[in-house]
Amino acid sequence: MAEQKSRRDFLNLLLGGGTLATLGAILYPTIKYITPPASGEANVTQLKLAFKRSDIEADPKKAKTFKFGRDLGIILITDTGELRALAARCTHLDCTVQNRPDLGILWCACHNGRYDYSGRNISGPPPRPLEQFAVNVVGEDIFVSREKA
Amino acid sequence: MPTTTGTKPPSTLGQKSFQWLDDRFHIKALVDYMSDKSVPRHGRSIWYYFGGISLFLFIVQVVTGILLLMYYRPGADSAYESVRFIVSEVSFGWLIRALHSWSANLMIFAVFIHMFSVYFEYSYRKPRELTWVSGIVLFGLALTFGFSGYLLPWNELAFFATRVGTGMAGAVPVIGENLLVIMRGGEEVTGATIGRFFGLHVAILPAIFTVVLTAHLVFIQRQGMSEPIDWTDKPESEKKYIKFFPNFLLRDLLVWLIVLNILAVLAVFLPDGIGLIHWPLGTKADPFAPPPPVIRPEWYFMFAFQALKFLPAHLFGLEGELVGIGAFTLGGLIWALAPFLNTKAHRGKPSTPFTLFGILVLLFMIGMTIAGYILE
Ligand code: FES
Repeated sequence: MAEQKSRRDFLNLLLGGGTLATLGAILYPTIKYITPPASGEANVTQLKLAFKRSDIEADPKKAKTFKFGRDLGIILITDTGELRALAARCTHLDCTVQNRPDLGILWCACHNGRYDYSGRNISGPPPRPLEQFAVNVVGEDIFVSREKA
Repeated sequence: MPTTTGTKPPSTLGQKSFQWLDDRFHIKALVDYMSDKSVPRHGRSIWYYFGGISLFLFIVQVVTGILLLMYYRPGADSAYESVRFIVSEVSFGWLIRALHSWSANLMIFAVFIHMFSVYFEYSYRKPRELTWVSGIVLFGLALTFGFSGYLLPWNELAFFATRVGTGMAGAVPVIGENLLVIMRGGEEVTGATIGRFFGLHVAILPAIFTVVLTAHLVFIQRQGMSEPIDWTDKPESEKKYIKFFPNFLLRDLLVWLIVLNILAVLAVFLPDGIGLIHWPLGTKADPFAPPPPVIRPEWYFMFAFQALKFLPAHLFGLEGELVGIGAFTLGGLIWALAPFLNTKAHRGKPSTPFTLFGILVLLFMIGMTIAGYILE
């Protein structure tokens, strides 16, 4: 009797374990498959922008967006004439922020999030500040780089 | 043995075909089964029709969706162009798109009414717990249909709504980052995202939906229509019924015909929608452009969108949207498990806390939706 029971336990264990292993063997590769491979351009630390200061000035918003590695960046001209570059992805739910020269802030239209020009989140739902990038102007060319290389 | 003992030999063509089928599939048993069923008749009988209306609109979705598939081409370089081609070049293309969009919106609306009426009537009580749960799954799938379909025209509004929508998934603790990458097919909303949403919208969701819908309908056929809870202690003599087959079915069909006409009128005269229910093709999505000044999701996501807008950045030491997502999950769980939690309803008694919860949910949704449209 006791032997019968332990044999059944053993079989159940085998069956249960086998089922789990099978499910795992199906699910693991599937989830791995649907996760896309990482894009190769993750570690861009410096970038030469494709446009000049005059292009930014010509823009009605006094700002332009650019792709910075995996990030989206925004470069703008403050009312003191300074060039500032920041991450353009809102830290709330990932909308693109835009310059509001009329308010002197970076503004996220999606949920009315506001940042000042050093990237600090000053009101609305954004939980974190925007990363600020260093800007170097060499002649006509604008270079943007991450603060910490 | 065939079950035709005692009936006259078949004479007309119709009777002959019926006989032929009956000999092979025992259809008569099915007809008898259906004619046995009856639908309770009372002051709130009108709510019984909304499940059928949802079903009808789903069928319209399948047909118009298949038609759209013939010209639609997913991809960042082709999606927008192909939709423009459908509405501007293809004969009646505008009509098919209008029907698909209108019927999607009406379906979600009918599903909302269906769900709330079942909830407030306590029709989910024993023995219909699983009918309710399968209905909730269908509701979730229907919303996912709406969300995945929204991106497909690849216009400005769709692009940003999808960024924010998937951004919400990214705010989920622990698995959020992976979830976001899986949904978007990368870090960003790109052509890869269209591919994924397209596959979801036209293959994965329809397959799952059909299976769950079949179960839902089989449950309903097995259980019959639920009687109102205040009938529990009524003597049989005071209860009124009408036959399901053919009487109720015919009324159902009549309602479908009316809905079809409403749909046709809306699609023909307002092909781009109207007011808040509006789907102009607009401009093509440009990942580098800032979002348009008014960005908003479809109306049935507005309440969630607006609630997130109201939440401050930090709440109870957590990120605001995390608290929001947590609250939505909890509320949804209570909603889905109502038949199991509401033990009073099983005993045939209305339960004030559950009714209040339902009213609260309804008021929250309506209030947030209105706020969302007014405050923008
Ligand atoms: S995504 Fe920017 S405020 Fe919500």
